[in-house]
Amino acid sequence: MAFSAFASGTVQEQAPRRKSRIALLLLLPGILYLVLFFLVPLVSLLITSLQAPSALGDIGVYETAFQWQNYVVSITQYGDQILRSFLYAVLATVFALIFSYPLAYFIGVKARNWPLLQNLMLVLVIAPFFISFLLRTLAWKSLLSDESAFVTGLKALSLLAPDAHITGTPVAVVFGLTYNFIPFMTLPLYAALERLDTRYLEAGSDLYAHPFTVFRTVTIPLSMPGIVSGVLLTFIPAAGDYVNASREFLGGTGTAMIGNVIESNFLVQLNYPAAASLSIILMVVILAIVTVYVRRSGTEDLL
Amino acid sequence: MIRSIPTDPMVQRLIRDAQSASLSRRNVLTGAGISVAALSLAACSTGPATAKPTAAADKSSTDKNIKWDNWAAYLDEDADGKTHPTLDAFEKKSGIAVKYTVAVDDNNTYYGKVKDQLALGQNIGADLVCLTDWMVSRLIRFGYVQNFDLSKIPNATNLTPSLKNVDFDPGRTKSLPWQGGFAGICWNKDKVPGGLKSVDDLWDKSLKGRVGVLSEMRDTIGLIMLQDGVDISTKWADSKFDNAIDVFRKQVTDGQIRNIKGNAYLEDLKSEDTLAAICWSGDITVINTEAGDKWQFAIPEAGGTLWNDNFVIPIGSPKKSAAEELINYYYQPEVAAEVAAWVNYITPVVGAREAMQAINPALADNQLIFPDEKTLSNTKVFRTLTAAEESKFGAAFQAVLLGS
Repeated sequence: MAFSAFASGTVQEQAPRRKSRIALLLLLPGILYLVLFFLVPLVSLLITSLQAPSALGDIGVYETAFQWQNYVVSITQYGDQILRSFLYAVLATVFALIFSYPLAYFIGVKARNWPLLQNLMLVLVIAPFFISFLLRTLAWKSLLSDESAFVTGLKALSLLAPDAHITGTPVAVVFGLTYNFIPFMTLPLYAALERLDTRYLEAGSDLYAHPFTVFRTVTIPLSMPGIVSGVLLTFIPAAGDYVNASREFLGGTGTAMIGNVIESNFLVQLNYPAAASLSIILMVVILAIVTVYVRRSGTEDLL
Repeated sequence: MIRSIPTDPMVQRLIRDAQSASLSRRNVLTGAGISVAALSLAACSTGPATAKPTAAADKSSTDKNIKWDNWAAYLDEDADGKTHPTLDAFEKKSGIAVKYTVAVDDNNTYYGKVKDQLALGQNIGADLVCLTDWMVSRLIRFGYVQNFDLSKIPNATNLTPSLKNVDFDPGRTKSLPWQGGFAGICWNKDKVPGGLKSVDDLWDKSLKGRVGVLSEMRDTIGLIMLQDGVDISTKWADSKFDNAIDVFRKQVTDGQIRNIKGNAYLEDLKSEDTLAAICWSGDITVINTEAGDKWQFAIPEAGGTLWNDNFVIPIGSPKKSAAEELINYYYQPEVAAEVAAWVNYITPVVGAREAMQAINPALADNQLIFPDEKTLSNTKVFRTLTAAEESKFGAAFQAVLLGS
């Protein structure tokens, strides 16, 4: 999409091929940054994930080895939590998309003629960022607590069993994830829909297409870049999130996600190889899912 | 939805350029990766080294500043909550400036923050820190704390006799208790008017889904083991621990136990997500003053656990003698009583009770601050675990917490 700016009639000459020292020099800070803050930690994580308990036998003491079995142990021991993480992340992404699409469509297309309203709604979407993510999640914890108006109200209407509760259940965790990541879905969708040329929609209905057909064949494909980046921005952090599912926030013992398992292994059990191998598994799975997803939906949509 | 590349030659070239650019970047990264691998191999084992770190040289005589890391609500405050009267008095008397920081939220996270520096014998920025028995035991095992010069802490003789010889630090040469407390049971007096007597009462069906327990293994499992009639202060068979874990796991999977938390369990009590809980003695006094007199604490009939948070001087601290002077100050009965009157935990200083008679006679009879022989006989200290036990039992407890 961004290429449309270049698409003037004349074809430009080939980009310069000459290797320039200045270009390398300008790249250097970026490369150094990547090496120091991405590659070094990644390699050290990989090495840690293969460590074996030291002969000293004390807690948290490990030495370099090639203990690939760490991965097998992590997967068998925490298979449920790994699957659960991706299930929750997919659910949160789908719910966020369902919630955000109409919202973004309204802001980006319907509210075009009222710039004030449009800006106001955008501010409302971004406003939650002014308050810390942790505080907002804690606020939800008390809003959804057993004696809260919401829960007692549901019970009074018999929509919830008298001994049921919301905090500490998968419902609360998926809700928290969805809530926290909605702005990440809404903003890219808005950016894509804001550029939607409504004349295409008129053309569609002029050709007697059903409004749903127009939506399916015109609006969705044109907003695909927004959907793809929104889904990536929601799914990737949601799969690794450990705040919502944490027992201190919205989760319980039955909702632990991979992030919580890593935290427990790293901070409490001091089992660094397990924590490192789980982190690598998380990265590899996300990379695989994202690769397949981007391949299928087309990389050029991201541009 | 695989799409064909747009036909516009301009766009096609840009895409080609972008692709070749990413290839060359990958080459650069590969080269960098090799050098990184070499770098990381140089420092790749985790945990303490085999050689124990050595203590830093003492510079207390020239630099009169020390830093003390402690838990929240653990030192007396004036009415505004801005200054600490006993600490101000110490600064005035000794000429030592103390930077008091609430830096300990949890033993594990604090340890996670400082362990690498401790292993290298570096200064962690704190000259005194108060941590719980089992964590102090680990620090001593790894050689991460300095030996006290007890001749500089003459008031240490005021230490309660029962705490003088603990298994992790016989003779108290590396650690001295700051405050102690009980883990017991508590309940919401409005919602559970009948009250609770034992840990088994927490498993009553009427409380299903409304029970909270602590994420501190030694307190939660300790109370369950005491309920089973196990003396947790002496060596017990592994099977006793496993039995307690089974009870715990069953109550968690049945949904009887709502949640397992650290300090945040108080929020659940206040929001009434939990109506009864395994909790720490001093906290209940605090929330009763904060949120109305609604909760009651009791030591279960079968016994409660007793723990202490202890002063230690980290290995890299260059202010040992100044830190010792501060410990000595707080071991004066009058000062200890003043602190106890505010924090509501058990003071380890003999004579503080008599001093309390002068400050607030009612508190002098409070069993949670000055427990008598009868109360103490009903509480046990969870014995120090060996390194192997610490890993094994810790993993079993965490497995229940993670639902795995």
